[in-house]
Amino acid sequence: MRAALFITCFNDTLFPETGIATVKVLERLGVEVDFPREQTCCGQMHFNTGYQREAIPLVRRFVEVFSPYEVIVAPSGSCVGMVRELYPMAAGLAGDAALAREVEALAPRVFELSEFLVKKLGTTDVGAYYPHRVTYHPTCHSLRMIKVGDAPLRLLEAVRGIDLVELTEAEECCGFGGTFAVKNADTSAAMLADKVANVLSSGAEVCCASDNSCLMHIGGALSRQRTGVRTVHLAEILASEEER
Amino acid sequence: MKVSERPFQALAREALADSQLRRNLGHATATIRKKRAAAVSELPDWEELREAGAAIKERALRHLDEYLVRLEESVTKAGGEVHWARDAREANRIVAGIAKGHGAREVVKVKSIATDEIGLNDHLAKEGIEAVETDLAELIIQLAGEESSHILVPAIHKNRAEIRELFREKLGAKDLSDDPRDLTETARRYLRERFLAAKVGISGANFAVAETGTVCVVESEGNGRMCTTLPEVLVTVMGIEKVVPTWRDLEVFMQLLPRSSTAERMNPYTSFWSGTSSGEGPREFHLVLLDNGRTQALSDPKGRQALRCIRCSACLNVCPVYERVGGHSYGSVYPGPIGAILTPQLTGLGRKGPDSLPYASSLCGACYEVCPVKINIPEVLIHLRGRVVRNRQDSGSPAAKLDPEGAAMRTLARTFADRRLYEAAQKLARAGQWPLARGGRIRRLPGPLSGWTAVRDLEAVPRETFREWWRRERG
Repeated sequence: MRAALFITCFNDTLFPETGIATVKVLERLGVEVDFPREQTCCGQMHFNTGYQREAIPLVRRFVEVFSPYEVIVAPSGSCVGMVRELYPMAAGLAGDAALAREVEALAPRVFELSEFLVKKLGTTDVGAYYPHRVTYHPTCHSLRMIKVGDAPLRLLEAVRGIDLVELTEAEECCGFGGTFAVKNADTSAAMLADKVANVLSSGAEVCCASDNSCLMHIGGALSRQRTGVRTVHLAEILASEEER
Repeated sequence: MKVSERPFQALAREALADSQLRRNLGHATATIRKKRAAAVSELPDWEELREAGAAIKERALRHLDEYLVRLEESVTKAGGEVHWARDAREANRIVAGIAKGHGAREVVKVKSIATDEIGLNDHLAKEGIEAVETDLAELIIQLAGEESSHILVPAIHKNRAEIRELFREKLGAKDLSDDPRDLTETARRYLRERFLAAKVGISGANFAVAETGTVCVVESEGNGRMCTTLPEVLVTVMGIEKVVPTWRDLEVFMQLLPRSSTAERMNPYTSFWSGTSSGEGPREFHLVLLDNGRTQALSDPKGRQALRCIRCSACLNVCPVYERVGGHSYGSVYPGPIGAILTPQLTGLGRKGPDSLPYASSLCGACYEVCPVKINIPEVLIHLRGRVVRNRQDSGSPAAKLDPEGAAMRTLARTFADRRLYEAAQKLARAGQWPLARGGRIRRLPGPLSGWTAVRDLEAVPRETFREWWRRERG
């Protein structure tokens, strides 16, 4: 199978190791990975902050760049959610019926990494080894917007050496919410405080999720508080192997 | 409509500083959340019920003009009188006129957010009429001189020790414990006298059936029943979106509402009445149909789903933002996620308070998941953010042109629209961060981004982007 990697601008610029890990996992499972170089940003930040006219050229660009591919995979529930759930609204706003049709054809072919592995490839054991105590935070858009269900957990459970521990109130938002964290910094910080307390009480040394934006938020507080707990993207855990 | 001119951010900052409030709210919402989840899980057809609830409400809204006229006919035929109020002022004038016409100096009221929306109590006070709230929680906040902070449990922000102090001071109950039974007994004795003395009762309505002219009030205490049956005259103030087509439709809502709001299988006190009956209940019944921005909301095809709301408040109880900032931060009688989409649509955009509300959410989607009439709140929030920004941009004001956020967003959009510019910007970010990054971390950011680094570090931009790696490795 061939798949185009939708890296997301956020991972491309700030978390390249997540992209590298995604490529590694996919190739280990025999998937041929393409990287369409013309890709930039899906427009989520603009769209969700209200700059929707500004987002429309980015929507068009994404559709143009990725339409030639059968399957598109991204290591981000949030950016996949933008394409699958909000591109139709963007196309409607643009008043462009052709764009709406293209979006309709493209959206179901865009997958978040864990759902691609579990639902599309039918794999849960990707041959990973990760001897650490890990807790999993289901990010809001993965959980409630694109509904990946227990796919990430099933993948983690199959990792050798892992000690998976439960996170209290796991399904509650960490308070990131894109520009929300800046526009409503005080409220965001209050939500984050409770999430961090739950991560710490889980006893985990690693907090894992399938979105680096949420992890950057949680990890930012874990770092500021000098907790020694790290955040690691799901793809990087799945890419880890036992050294031979 | 009464609405704060201060933005959500400012009100929330004050609320967050109140640690007693956060404790009270955190405890109360966590309890209701768990109970609701259990009550809902008992029904195997919950999802079908939600679908039905949404469909009935959509139908009612789509043909609102017809159903309202039919409701007027049915109520009139049953002996009631229907009044149409375009806005708060008209509604207040109608209600005060009825009360004065009967020489009432005091009226008893039950559960009506619609009357809070129009500021009826203040208006009646100006006309020399005292309005006594008879719902226990509403009585508490009325005595405290506060506003409601929750649709269903208006005094959710208060604990029982605080309520005991309030009753001691305002109701003269000297030897009072903070046992809930003692507290309710004190309120009951005070309220019984009011019920028996009042000539005019004022209520809200949860539903009104176009087919039969039946008005329905759903409550948990029985005080509403006193209010709607003991006084000689009953006035009901109801938003026009509360109409449902047929009597049978109530079957769906009588299942959806109690489980969603109080986590009860069946609602304890449900009152239905159609007009007046001879020999019992009020001798006069007036139904005031309130628009007050609802028609305006109806004209927005994406936003109007907010009018499906049956005021269950499940979205408040699951909202991580509401749980921390409380209802007063939303600056309106409609707090929480539903308030964030309803208030700006009722008041219109272009003011600081309402314009800030669509941003009072992390878009986590917990509200949509529990909504019994499937209002896609996150989608409407995003839609309204778009309207807020377009409205500001199109106003052509100098403030809009100089807005630093707008300028930054336009620059970023241009950058993302061109791969070369985008790649150049990646390099620039890496090169430009040197004054800020120390040991792979950024601990302080300037200007509007300083909110991030107040409690969080930021990871520095790494030495190589993913695309640089790909090109190096894969060519």
